[in-house]
Amino acid sequence: MAKTIIEKIWEQHIVYEEQGKPDLLYIDLHLLHEVTSPQAFEGLRLAGRKVRRPDLCFATMDHNVPTRNLPIINDPIAKKQITTLEKNCEEFGIELADMEHPDQGIVHIIGPELGLTQPGKTIVCGDSHTSTHGAFGAIAFGIGTSEVEHVLSTQTLWQSKPKTMEIRINGKLGFGVTAKDVILAIIAKFGIDVGTGHIAEYTGEAIRSMTMEERMTICNMSIEAGAKAGLISPDETTIEYLRGRRHVPEGEAFEEAAEKWLSLATDEGAVYDTVLEIDANEIEPFITWGTNPSMGSGISANVPSSEDFADESDKEALKKALAYMGLEEGTPLTEIEIQHVFIGSCTNARLSDLRAAAEVIAGQKVHPNVTAIVVPGSRTVKRQAEEEGLDHVFLEAGFEWRESGCSMCLAMNDDVVPAGERCASTSNRNFEGRQGAGSRTHLMSPAMAAAAAISGHFTDVRKMKLAHV
Amino acid sequence: MKPINEVRSVMTPLNRKNVDTDQIISKEFLKRIERTGFGKYLFHHWRFHSDGTENKEFVLNDARFKDSKVLVAHDNFGCGSSREHAPWAILDYGFEVVIAPSFADIFHNNCFKNGILPIRLRVEEVEELLSKGESAAPYTLEINLEQQTVTGEDGKTYGFDIDPYYKQMLLNGWDEIALTFQYEEQIAAYEKQHA
Repeated sequence: MAKTIIEKIWEQHIVYEEQGKPDLLYIDLHLLHEVTSPQAFEGLRLAGRKVRRPDLCFATMDHNVPTRNLPIINDPIAKKQITTLEKNCEEFGIELADMEHPDQGIVHIIGPELGLTQPGKTIVCGDSHTSTHGAFGAIAFGIGTSEVEHVLSTQTLWQSKPKTMEIRINGKLGFGVTAKDVILAIIAKFGIDVGTGHIAEYTGEAIRSMTMEERMTICNMSIEAGAKAGLISPDETTIEYLRGRRHVPEGEAFEEAAEKWLSLATDEGAVYDTVLEIDANEIEPFITWGTNPSMGSGISANVPSSEDFADESDKEALKKALAYMGLEEGTPLTEIEIQHVFIGSCTNARLSDLRAAAEVIAGQKVHPNVTAIVVPGSRTVKRQAEEEGLDHVFLEAGFEWRESGCSMCLAMNDDVVPAGERCASTSNRNFEGRQGAGSRTHLMSPAMAAAAAISGHFTDVRKMKLAHV
Repeated sequence: MKPINEVRSVMTPLNRKNVDTDQIISKEFLKRIERTGFGKYLFHHWRFHSDGTENKEFVLNDARFKDSKVLVAHDNFGCGSSREHAPWAILDYGFEVVIAPSFADIFHNNCFKNGILPIRLRVEEVEELLSKGESAAPYTLEINLEQQTVTGEDGKTYGFDIDPYYKQMLLNGWDEIALTFQYEEQIAAYEKQHA
């Protein structure tokens, strides 16, 4: 019978199954960070339990690390979380890329960089953006701290089999349209809970022509559509990205692994529980205007009006969102002025993202009303960008060039947007207060954020690019 | 984990859709390394103004809902991050049951690990409860997990579905890790086969 990649990977990982129970699934890779792990390690200690497979765990520090003046952490509570992770990794024998390690970075950026992320694996982490790793054709999902503890002690999880969903992107993307625009358009079209209870596979011509970094941006935001995980069947692009990475097999063993990985791709004729479709040519550069990731529109649109919605509760949600965001109904999106730009996060802080932003700003200056920062996703990304001279492009334009971490995506460290101010952000969530109490977040691609940094308001980057030609 | 079966309490009506984990527990409170003590930060930015004074408009500051153990909210409750600090804050504040038409997956899962009962009712039923909870406040609900029922003080009863595995976990307050250790043989066999 024809199967989806979701069913193939799931079935290969069942340790135990019984009617009326969730499946007991084996976990191949467990990524850890400082914020959601301390209580799990403490639980192990209290119960006198050990880590079953420290060799399948990998830890780093990303959520609350400072992005300047390393290694000084001014916040004593944040510092305690950092030292607690060091202590826990040492005690339980887990490999750690600490704050000053050359491999340090956002956990979802370094997993793929190091080749830890591989097709066919089950991957978990106490972070909802674990779905990023699905870009390789892995089942990767976020878990709570109790489940972190469960995986540490048993290397398994009880999981009810999710439904399967296909999200097909038909056709080719237009000029200046990026992976971020695609995923924001999908969430706006289908809603933030369309994926609840599902694992989604992204398919179609637009996906096949994307690089691995673009695919990671797509899968990263699966959770913003409510899906437990999102993935993409492996192909030659996947194989070529992995070849030569530190943790993948070498030589003949790599070719064997590659063959196995390619065989995981969804079979012709496999049936999904739910199918969603979107045409690539209906997608333009996209930004959010509201307080959840589905509240977004193409850049040529206006802020919606209550007449645009039929449902009373949607009208009410719009009113609340616009009151928080300080926006008027019907305002053209391109007239909204900003004070901050954040280029970073597990969604958009890879080398290609920095290149895309640098291309837009090269030779120009950040608008005088705007404070703009670039936070590379990892130390490796930072090194590579510096080798290409991207740091100079940003610095000369007036951007700050920081150390790697989650930074202003969730503002657990000092990188905070002040109350009432507006940020063009390449991150993944625009919930109330996400980037600081009272802050106003607009999600978009690196190129769109870069365009906003220069003009001081949202701008259709396609027009800016054409002006360059 | 504390077992849960019968809960009788005033309900707190939180008539909002898509209540996200950033609202339930804001990131500035995620730096603690304990599981306890998060209750005082629950819905912080809705409960308090930026100057630290109470927002009297917010339902948790309404004296009629003091000591409530049942939170009733609208669709897609708990969307966003995987932070278990969200259910920890809910439980530490005093809620033992959350009723909504739908929950985000990770939050829903996290509830079962902490002895919180998440109940899915139909949208019309939740809207009826929210309306009674607001207009006839304080409005008391009786929840019985064994029977899988929610009963209002007017005697109207709503049945709910729950996965039998998670029902047993909650009723018995089981330690899931200890249960999984009973499958050590299967786990070892899996590892051997895939080594």
